[in-house]
Amino acid sequence: MSPSISLTLNGAKRDVALDDPRVTLLDLLRERLALPGTKKGCDRGQCGACTVLVNGRRVNSCLTLAATLDGAEITTIEGLAAGDDLHPVQAAFIENDAFQCGYCTPGQIMSAVGLIAEDRAGEDLERIREGMSGNICRCAAYHGITLAVRQATRGSAGIKKDDAA
Amino acid sequence: MPDTLDPHIRFGSNSGQPATRRDGVAKVTGTATFAADNTPEGLLYAVFAPAAIARGRVTSLDTAAAEAHPGVTHVLTPQNRPPLQGDPSDKPTMFSFRFEALQDDTVRYAEQPIALVVGETLEAATEGARLLSPHYETEKPRVGIDDAEPYGFEADAFGKPANTVHGDPDAGHGSAATSLDVTYETAPQYHNAMETHAVVATWDGDHLTLDMPSQALSMSCAGFAHYFGIPAENVTVRSPYLGGGFGSKAIPTGPYVLAILAARMTGRPVKMMLTRQQMFGPVGHRGQTRQRLRLGADADGKLTVIDHEGISATSTFDTFIEPAANASQGIYAAGALRSTHRAVALDVGTPGPMRAPGEASGSAALECAMDEMAEALGMDPLDFRLKNYAETEPGTGKPYSSKALRECYAQGAERFGWAKRPLQPGQMRDEHGHLVGWGMGTAFFPCPMFMADARAALRADGTALFETSAADMGQGAWTSLAQIAADSLGLPLDKVEFRAGHSGLPDGGVAGGSGHTATAGNALHTAGGDVVRQLGEIAAADPASSLHGAGNASFVARDGRLYIDGDDSRSDAFADILSRLGNAEIAGSGSASRDPDMAKQYAMNAHGAVFAEVRIDPDLCQMRVTRLVGAFAAGRIINPRLAESQLFGGMIWGISFALHEEARHDPRRGHIVNSDLAGYHVPVNADVHGLEVISVHEDDPHVNALGIKGVGEIGITGTVGAIGNAIWHASGKRIRRFPIRVEDLIRE
Ligand code: FES
Ligand code: FES
Repeated sequence: MSPSISLTLNGAKRDVALDDPRVTLLDLLRERLALPGTKKGCDRGQCGACTVLVNGRRVNSCLTLAATLDGAEITTIEGLAAGDDLHPVQAAFIENDAFQCGYCTPGQIMSAVGLIAEDRAGEDLERIREGMSGNICRCAAYHGITLAVRQATRGSAGIKKDDAA
Repeated sequence: MPDTLDPHIRFGSNSGQPATRRDGVAKVTGTATFAADNTPEGLLYAVFAPAAIARGRVTSLDTAAAEAHPGVTHVLTPQNRPPLQGDPSDKPTMFSFRFEALQDDTVRYAEQPIALVVGETLEAATEGARLLSPHYETEKPRVGIDDAEPYGFEADAFGKPANTVHGDPDAGHGSAATSLDVTYETAPQYHNAMETHAVVATWDGDHLTLDMPSQALSMSCAGFAHYFGIPAENVTVRSPYLGGGFGSKAIPTGPYVLAILAARMTGRPVKMMLTRQQMFGPVGHRGQTRQRLRLGADADGKLTVIDHEGISATSTFDTFIEPAANASQGIYAAGALRSTHRAVALDVGTPGPMRAPGEASGSAALECAMDEMAEALGMDPLDFRLKNYAETEPGTGKPYSSKALRECYAQGAERFGWAKRPLQPGQMRDEHGHLVGWGMGTAFFPCPMFMADARAALRADGTALFETSAADMGQGAWTSLAQIAADSLGLPLDKVEFRAGHSGLPDGGVAGGSGHTATAGNALHTAGGDVVRQLGEIAAADPASSLHGAGNASFVARDGRLYIDGDDSRSDAFADILSRLGNAEIAGSGSASRDPDMAKQYAMNAHGAVFAEVRIDPDLCQMRVTRLVGAFAAGRIINPRLAESQLFGGMIWGISFALHEEARHDPRRGHIVNSDLAGYHVPVNADVHGLEVISVHEDDPHVNALGIKGVGEIGITGTVGAIGNAIWHASGKRIRRFPIRVEDLIRE
């Protein structure tokens, strides 16, 4: 008698039968729903690699039991681009070389999308650094990450259109 | 950028361009497939139970409880573990270590695998491993550098550095007007790539496929083949992306071998992904060091001797000695040089190469000692280094293949504003009353090459395919190697298909030692050159070609055409040459390694200078690196965007080494108490401010045909010392132990 939950996952409604109440959202996505873009870096809420948006808020999916998410709306890295068009944060990450190995990157990007939506940092580099400090990058691509978040913030606020440089 | 290199490598229009990453879209959309992202049909999950103590014996495991747990399919212990065909103590390849794969019940370090649980789900296997509830017979662990007697050892190629003496160190001490005798310590550090070690192992008869991150694909095949008694060609390693490596993902390890064994035993694919905590034991680390530096200088400030003695920790069952003392060879023009290494055997996992092995720890101590000597002499630290600038390699007298270190010092100092630095410490405060200090260090890293092969094929449609089993762990191999490949045929980057990250391709060598771009890049360059040579022969022999009869003339490829070198009036399009031939494609091959004659004649290193500013809260002693300027000369830079990222990354590793990273052992059980990312500190975004990289132009006609030196590791060298020295300059306190902690400043 496996419990089941219904989710809106990357825009699509899904009923998900849970084979085990211990399953975290992270392992549900990665091991059961063929969405391995979200990464596991610590499984303890200490690195941010597993960041996804739940009802628009950034959360560590490794610390979230799937069984608690009935009715939730979830966005993962796979659901960010609109078809062939990259999300502005994704594009800014490429342009600013905001990653090296790319392993922390899905979490960084989801966190950046969340941060911009929270509207807490604006274009202030120090506040961006602070707001992105729940996401560890061992390759230490922080310089590019900070610039990418600022660039995407500008883009989404429509402050500066010719920000391609 | 002026380019004075040999014309045969000047044609490129791709090299030197800041192309964005070719794997960028895959990485920002979550479609780049890392090892553990694979979930084949019929998959089982394996989780190993880690030892909670560092020394002793496992006396009991509750295998019945584990086996009874729903979903658990197998429990492996030393009692029932199927045999391996190669012994875990064997060393089948150059980079092999003895590993733990349930061969007995001895515990040699914490986090060592003591059992393996296989289950239908990750949750079942994880809980099964927990239910084993091991009991131990414990012995007093030796985990501190004073817990065992240092010993000397015989030098060997890998992990056992030789002692080196140039000149007469004792005479150097005797003639010194000023002498310094200081001891520095560095902490044990763990690589902690964000992607923990992971494998999906699949057997098909006696063929083994491994999805795993690997910095050395061919060597991994040979290694695993040995332990499982199959030919190396039966092993396929697929490693398109590594989630960081830093030296830890080049060798077969015990956990991997156990997962592969489980797959063979069950006949099903098996996935194993280490937990973060399990990264603190069986997969290598940077061993702790204690380094004594005795420096002598004459009245003029010239070094009479650098005498560098290192003690490095290794495990009780294998040897990898962090070659820290070697950092003093080859850098300053001292009258005499001596580097000696000793080891202490501790109850820890065997160390291994970790980003700038030897150089990072050694440079940290050396650059601080240099600063202390400058202080003793009353000299500016940069002037002191310039006074002892090595025009030729100290000790050997060999010329450097190239060395733009003077320019690095000058440009870095200028950008940083070094000239305004007060000589005495404790002179500067910021607007919040925080102590401000400035320090510097020399960056230095050798530029080794490994061996690599590559294949190139020019196709009739004007595109080309290049292949080599290169590994991209973040340095950008997918992009920079493709740029080199495109240049070798004079094609735009988008006309080149590049295949890498698969062991079935020609051997791309090892992604390590900062030598991967140089090695695999030159192999690709040679393969492309082979195609050009064949095209030339075909065209010269073809009466329909405008190059007909060009005979021995050499050819160059540019914009999809073949030209006679030095004569632009005669050329022929690749497409025309190929179509007249009726040929689908022309294939070429190439390989690369260090030219032994050049290695005999020249000393080859990358150089740099790093300048750091720190601010210290005088009440809380909290330290912040507020500016870090690094100027580096590392030969030809293939992709400045990616090279800058590598250098930034290295410099931030320097911040980490200086102020953050340290594994701390519990003295009673011997385990590491901070074996997670909350307790084992690495810099986060808010720790990184005011970073600048200056790339200093350098042509090197000797180091290899492309003039590439490598940038992956040098950033960490110089930086650690610069930060330590800046802390002294701010506070007047010399802390001789890394990482420098708040309590060190309070206590002093
Ligand atoms: S994997 Fe969730 S925070 Fe690290
Ligand atoms: S890009 Fe490698 S961990 Fe962030």
